[in-house]
Amino acid sequence: MADQATFADEAMQYAPQLYSGALRMTRNRSDAEDLVQETYLKGYRSYHTFTEGTNLRAWLFRIMTNTYINSYRAKQRRPDETELGEFEDLYLYKNLGSLQDASVGRSAEESLMELLPDDEVKRALEDLPDNFRLPVILADVEGFAYKEIADMLDIPIGTVMSRLHRGRKAMQKALHDYALERGLVAAQSAATDGNLGQDL
Amino acid sequence: MSDDATTEPQLYSDCAQTLQELDVFLDGELSEHQHAAIRHHLEGCMDCLGAFDFHAELKIVVAEKCNNDEMPPDLLGKIERCFGTDFDGDGTIG
Repeated sequence: MADQATFADEAMQYAPQLYSGALRMTRNRSDAEDLVQETYLKGYRSYHTFTEGTNLRAWLFRIMTNTYINSYRAKQRRPDETELGEFEDLYLYKNLGSLQDASVGRSAEESLMELLPDDEVKRALEDLPDNFRLPVILADVEGFAYKEIADMLDIPIGTVMSRLHRGRKAMQKALHDYALERGLVAAQSAATDGNLGQDL
Repeated sequence: MSDDATTEPQLYSDCAQTLQELDVFLDGELSEHQHAAIRHHLEGCMDCLGAFDFHAELKIVVAEKCNNDEMPPDLLGKIERCFGTDFDGDGTIG
């Protein structure tokens, strides 16, 4: 049984990660602050149920995810069953194929880092409907395993996987749309150059 | 190609099958055996390697760009003051 007196010492180090996660969930600073505070309060109150030696960060995220689902999601009144469009696999890769050719000697990571502003990546994630956004936040931003995410969201692992897959594709579509709008990539970039992605 | 080709069908011998596992591979959720079989395919297939590399790097970019928010400076203090309300009534804070 974990000792409540040690809670602050053990748990406060995760506040920046919880805050980023909370911002991606609630999409606004004031709700994110409230959500993090509430998470810590609940954590403090129920710390005696935490099994020492297990993953405290995952435990806190589980509390936060549940709190978000139970109170904030309802408050935001966003339709959470919004259907995502179906996009082809490897969407961004196929459509940004020329990016790598155009920047010889640089990795895709460097190119993407520069091409996509932080705010656009955040928006692409935040625009996903909740059902898809939560798994993507937990996997791609917070790095949790499928099993941990399945436990946090109380859905089967197979559902975690399919939502991740579809959520990621929709994010890629949004990022590509952004790059097109800004004229950062040509509309037909990958269509004519026999790019690797074409036959996949 | 591989030693066990005669004993069992080669896992991930074709590109479509390999690409189907792209997410799960990059998430580190495949079994050791499957992971090794994918790596084996990637060693001999530049097309798939390109796709896997791209997505590995995209994953890093997303993680970095979505996790760099500056926490409001007073948030930690607010939280600690909440602990300060001494919920358990034992006269100590935190």
